[in-house]
Amino acid sequence: MPKITINGKELEFENGMTVLQACELADVEIPRFCYHEKLSIAGNCRMCLVEMEKSPKPIASCAMPATEGMNIKTNTKLVEKARKGVMEFLLANHPLDCPVCDQGGECDLQDQSLYYGFDKSRFSENKRAVRDKYMGPLIKTQMTRCIHCTRCIRFATEVAGVPEIGAIGRGENMEITTYLEKSMESELSANVIDLCPVGALTSKPYAFEARPWELKKTESIDVMDAVGSNIRIDTYGWEVKRILPRLNNEINEEWISDKTRYACDGLLKQRLDEPFIRKNEKLIKSSWDEALELITEKIQNTRPEKIAGHVGDLVSLENIFSFKNFLTDLKIENFEFRERETYLNGSDKINYLFNSSIKGIEESDLILLIGCNPRHEATMVNARIRKVYANRKIPVYSIGNPGDLTYEYNIIGETTAELRDIIKGQNSFSKKLLSSKKPLVIIGESALELNSGAYIFEEVKEFLKENNFINDNWNALNILTKNASTVGAIELKFFNVKESNNFMFFDKLKNNEFKLVYLLGSDNLKFEKKDTFVIYQGSHGDRGAEIADVILPSPAYTEQNGLYINLEGRVQECRKASYPPGNSLEDWKIFNLILEKLKKEVKSKNYQKIKELTLRNVINFTQLDALPKVKFNNSKKKENDFINEKIEIKKIDYYFSNSIARASKTMSDCRTVVNKQLKNGTIS
Amino acid sequence: MKPKIVYKNQPESFKFSEKNLEIAENILKKYPKERKKSAVMPLLYLAQRQNENWIPLAAMKYIAKYLSIPYISVYEVATFYSMYNLSPVGKYFVQVCTTSPCLLRGANQIVEICKSNISPNQNEVSKNKLCSWTEVECLGACVNAPMMQINDSYYEDLDKENTNKIIKSLLEDKPLKSGSYRNRKNTAPENSNNLNGGKIA
Repeated sequence: MPKITINGKELEFENGMTVLQACELADVEIPRFCYHEKLSIAGNCRMCLVEMEKSPKPIASCAMPATEGMNIKTNTKLVEKARKGVMEFLLANHPLDCPVCDQGGECDLQDQSLYYGFDKSRFSENKRAVRDKYMGPLIKTQMTRCIHCTRCIRFATEVAGVPEIGAIGRGENMEITTYLEKSMESELSANVIDLCPVGALTSKPYAFEARPWELKKTESIDVMDAVGSNIRIDTYGWEVKRILPRLNNEINEEWISDKTRYACDGLLKQRLDEPFIRKNEKLIKSSWDEALELITEKIQNTRPEKIAGHVGDLVSLENIFSFKNFLTDLKIENFEFRERETYLNGSDKINYLFNSSIKGIEESDLILLIGCNPRHEATMVNARIRKVYANRKIPVYSIGNPGDLTYEYNIIGETTAELRDIIKGQNSFSKKLLSSKKPLVIIGESALELNSGAYIFEEVKEFLKENNFINDNWNALNILTKNASTVGAIELKFFNVKESNNFMFFDKLKNNEFKLVYLLGSDNLKFEKKDTFVIYQGSHGDRGAEIADVILPSPAYTEQNGLYINLEGRVQECRKASYPPGNSLEDWKIFNLILEKLKKEVKSKNYQKIKELTLRNVINFTQLDALPKVKFNNSKKKENDFINEKIEIKKIDYYFSNSIARASKTMSDCRTVVNKQLKNGTIS
Repeated sequence: MKPKIVYKNQPESFKFSEKNLEIAENILKKYPKERKKSAVMPLLYLAQRQNENWIPLAAMKYIAKYLSIPYISVYEVATFYSMYNLSPVGKYFVQVCTTSPCLLRGANQIVEICKSNISPNQNEVSKNKLCSWTEVECLGACVNAPMMQINDSYYEDLDKENTNKIIKSLLEDKPLKSGSYRNRKNTAPENSNNLNGGKIA
């Protein structure tokens, strides 16, 4: 490896590194504004100047490739003077409004001016003032503070794939804006707030809410989709003030989606804080005793086969586990987690995971989407696909029309007939697929929901297996699940499936066989309520609570510890950041209380025990946060009849997909803006 | 230079005329196919020519679609260069050079004349809608300072008197001829026809 000398210390670096990266290897911190690891290099802030031997002037280390034998000095008088000069120019037009600026306390400019700033200003002219720009309901702008690092522009064009931010004018009149000040139409837009090194782009919903040092920070996991983005929850008292991304190169890199970030104000609204009982068509506040009494009475008076349990989209592994134990203790065999009749083959672990892993997307050389819209179903997966597309221009194909995915793709067809032709080698695409080395086939829930869902899944799996695309090194079979609880529920076998019938639960539901339905945080299950007694246990007064006869309040995902398995099969821990309002009780405690009332034995009485037992039930569990070891069984292929039908990708109401998001004002603002744009025809 | 202001009353649509479309296609041929976005500058200029010497937003959108690049990219270029007008200009568009050599030779007097005769502010159309003016940086005719550019022609070696005459002629829609107003031939010395002191390079 080549060698570089930094401040007299010689060290090895990898080819292709810049001087700045080499300096970081040597533990030398270089101040910077425009440089960012995940974005292209701009080299326009000049803050990272260092001295290089044989160079008459300081060099911008972020843009200079490191070469063999370079001698870099970062602690000389010249470097300090140069950086001070740069800082003075940056501060010439930067307002001194730190006390009223939301970035205060976590501002790069503020921090670095501590070391390189001048205590007095020599700039006696008028400072430049720039009119604020509108960038949508999430981004608050204060453009006078902008130092033109262009990180936001690069993020929008490179990572988000929506080239809408740009720099207009020139020289002193340069301004950052979106085209004609329209709202940025990306699910990743709010990441520019984190990227902005100054207070030019700040968070609109969080404006003037708190100072960073007042907040309690908890590292946790997001549950808005099945990706399981790593997040940091910032709380002030019991209020979740904001959610920020946590670096995890395996999953979300440094970004999170807008829903992950801003649905948190939904945690303060529409909360269920007391048990409710429906009396005369009205939900009346009641006590725990009263509510539990009614439930035990109903359970005792209903035969177990007439009772059903359904788990919602945000429920943690432990709660699913306790719920299942609770139901089996009462000899109830009807339970399900699916919201619609989606084909499910839970016999093998690879049948429901995103097997290539999110990071693995970067290795692939061809991507085929079958009935899925990754942009809305798993935003971070889409960002990763876009990353490979942007870096290597790998071809992306789709069966079904998902709309704008922020990258180019070819639609092969929109019916199952095209899929059959590909599998049988009758489509010209088959050759391309077979000649690729590491293809990626992503099957969405929209495809599995079709009548031919079983055919699509089993045939694709068989096809990949036959062509050796499922082996120890590469697994091309990927299922894109939508909900945070889905993989966990499959893993804990929380479903009713028989060889002959995949949708037993739904058939019984349709025939109105259930007299008592216990909904655990389940808001998206559609069924006709006739004489059914409905128990809803959850955090938000949403669709589930609306139809309920008894409501039991339980904490939301930020208010209790819980494990979640993401779509790759990674078990991750969601930590308690605040406490629930009112008289909520943890889900597993509620089950224990009911069991006690029913005079049944309570097996696990503390959380640690439940967690331990839950993990024991996860197939092949090794450790938290790691990719699962998946062994591939050579099980027999099931024969399924081909049905020719259109693969329609179900549009999901992105900003309103779960009960927390539906309670959030910020999400509803975003939704209004998007719907308006859809109406105008500015987006399709 | 003041930042450009995008005109409020924008036309609904814009399309290249048939003749210009042909020219545009010829412009595209100058660039490799994967680099066709480089044609944004000549196309913007073409659009400006077609649309009475200014570029409406509709034209920027049209060009963005024509080159399949984002709107903002065209917008960035159009706002960057001073030769693109983003709001309407008069039939006679006067650009007064106010860079040092011209300023030393009295360009500020020309500016004063424009202010009193055409409009008190830059980039405003005169009352009879015939004329507008703006200050520009060096137009590369320092030998004949002070000077101004009216549409595509240079008016050079100006002074108070003849500038007044020229501007009045514009406002009456009978423009005087372009060139030197001290009877010089191009950049040749006065009373001499020899360019470069007789030595022709």
